[in-house]
Amino acid sequence: MSGLLLVTQGAVSQGVLWGIMVLGVYITYKLLDIPDLTADGSFTLGGCVCTVAILSGVDPILATVMGLFAGLLAGAVTGILHTVFEIPAILAGILTQIGLWSVNLRIMGGKSNNPLLKSDSTISFFVDNFGVSQSQAALIVGIILVLIVIAVLYWFFGTEIGAALRATGDNADMIRAQGVNINHTKLIALSLSNGLIGLSGAMVAQMQKYADTNMGRGAIVIGLAAIVIGEVLMNRVKNFGLKLFSAVVGAIIYFLIRAYAIQLGLNVNDMQLISALLVAIALAIPVAMRKWREKAAYTEGDLYADEHAAANPSANALNPQNKEGR
Amino acid sequence: MISIKNVSKTFNKGTVNEKRALDNLNFEINDGDFITVIGGNGAGKSTMLNAIAGVFPVDCGKVEIDGVNVTRDPEFKRAKYIGRVFQDPMKGTAAGMQIEENLSLAYRRGKTRGLGWQVHAQEREIYKRELARLGLGLEERLSDKVGLLSGGQRQAVTLLMATLKRPKLLLLDEHTAALDPATAATVLRLTREIVEGEKLTALMVTHNMKDAIAIGNRLIMMDRGTIIYDVSGEEKARLTVDDLLKKFEEASGTEFANDRMMLSR
Ligand SMILES: Nc1ncnc2c1ncn2[C@@H]1O[C@H](COP(=O)(O)OP(=O)(O)OP(=O)(O)O)[C@@H](O)[C@H]1O
Ligand SMILES: [Mg+2]
Repeated sequence: MSGLLLVTQGAVSQGVLWGIMVLGVYITYKLLDIPDLTADGSFTLGGCVCTVAILSGVDPILATVMGLFAGLLAGAVTGILHTVFEIPAILAGILTQIGLWSVNLRIMGGKSNNPLLKSDSTISFFVDNFGVSQSQAALIVGIILVLIVIAVLYWFFGTEIGAALRATGDNADMIRAQGVNINHTKLIALSLSNGLIGLSGAMVAQMQKYADTNMGRGAIVIGLAAIVIGEVLMNRVKNFGLKLFSAVVGAIIYFLIRAYAIQLGLNVNDMQLISALLVAIALAIPVAMRKWREKAAYTEGDLYADEHAAANPSANALNPQNKEGR
Repeated sequence: MISIKNVSKTFNKGTVNEKRALDNLNFEINDGDFITVIGGNGAGKSTMLNAIAGVFPVDCGKVEIDGVNVTRDPEFKRAKYIGRVFQDPMKGTAAGMQIEENLSLAYRRGKTRGLGWQVHAQEREIYKRELARLGLGLEERLSDKVGLLSGGQRQAVTLLMATLKRPKLLLLDEHTAALDPATAATVLRLTREIVEGEKLTALMVTHNMKDAIAIGNRLIMMDRGTIIYDVSGEEKARLTVDDLLKKFEEASGTEFANDRMMLSR
């Protein structure tokens, strides 16, 4: 296969597996309106837990589920800090993330990197049995997982609890007045979100065949960037399932851009800066546009002079300067 | 029956901004009472409604609903007894959710929520019927986002949401104050239709003295965190705005120097 095709395939596989993380970020950022910084830590946690479990002989599928639950717990910690102790969501996420850095090192036995080279994984299962390449196998597993996750989220957010959760992000006062404990809905959302992020970390570790205590650095920004890209590309979709899908598409595009940029000689280390700029610009554009529009629309004179003149001709005759500046 | 005994609430205790917003409030709401609440700015009307709804813990005293002491229950737990409409039309509905989703959230007020489907086909018929009662054509727009509605339409939907599942007490805090006069009149008419038609128990704060006299079976006047005048039945029906002003001067020892009140004479 040609080099470019390989690069493309690798990036798509990566995008799909990271897409699961983006779905997690979507829950907190888009539905709950909380930018949850736990993500960087819970992604790494999922990868580390899964890798160490596999290395110690746990079945890869079970190890992957353990990665999911580890992330879920991390989200619950942030949730408790935020709801029970009323620590602002962003700070609660930072606290968990920082704490997880030490936890992850402990899990990894003090090593910052643990390879999975010869071990079985959910991905190597496909490589061994169907004769596909590592990145093709990752793509297959990734697509299956993404479809399952989107289906489950689509169902969940249509249920009573799921709807209460969406309402919590939309109007907390209203849903509280309807008898919902918003501490519970927030806790569920943060746990669910970080569970998916942990699952994604577990899958990415299996794809790249190692876990690294830095593998989640910048995950939240990648998540936001992917959401933004997905929204720009599919801005017309209304269906909730398609919106989730657009977030995964955003992740794929993100990793494609990244792979091609690196092919063209971009330093991988600059990717964080580019992601941050992308998100900053995407968030800044609507604000800048509004300010510019307000400024452009302003006029010092009477904007509605014609109407006023029609209603009261004599008054305007005394104020000819009213027409100025139009 | 709802009873409020010796309830006081001080905001910002121990600071220069200390304010006793409720000062030994005592009164009982009988089943079926439709009470209008008047009083100057800062008299404690909203604080009283919030104290009943459980928005914040009170300093002392007791709030009982049908003999159940709810004083220590947080707002979400009392929601099963209480329907609310806020002054701000944006506050009572979720803008990004559909009309039917909003109604279905309210249809489950105070119930434990599970993993059942949120919007059921047979419930949709109930929502349609109830929306049709508002006479605003909203029954044709079940799947529209609430954010597309005008302030008055949103307030009417909020009113419906607050009463969809019959509340033991309906709290209305100047719920027409943010609307233009014509829309306010419509929402007020709907309020009367619903409260009187279904014989609900309700507290309605208003700054319009004429409305306060004309609507409901009982009127209370608040000043400095307490009730200074409580009148019902025949006596209330005979009241005039001038009577109310005189009462206020008698009870509080000051003149009713409230622009909003004076304007709405
Ligand atoms: N959350 C709060 N924190 C601090 N002070 C408050 C708070 N809520 C109300 N107050 C104060 O308590 C007093 C009573 O306020 P409240 O809102 O109950 O008055 P009101 O009768 O509803 O007045 P209005 O007619 O202006 O709505 C006021 O002095 C107000 O500033
Ligand atoms: Mg008030």
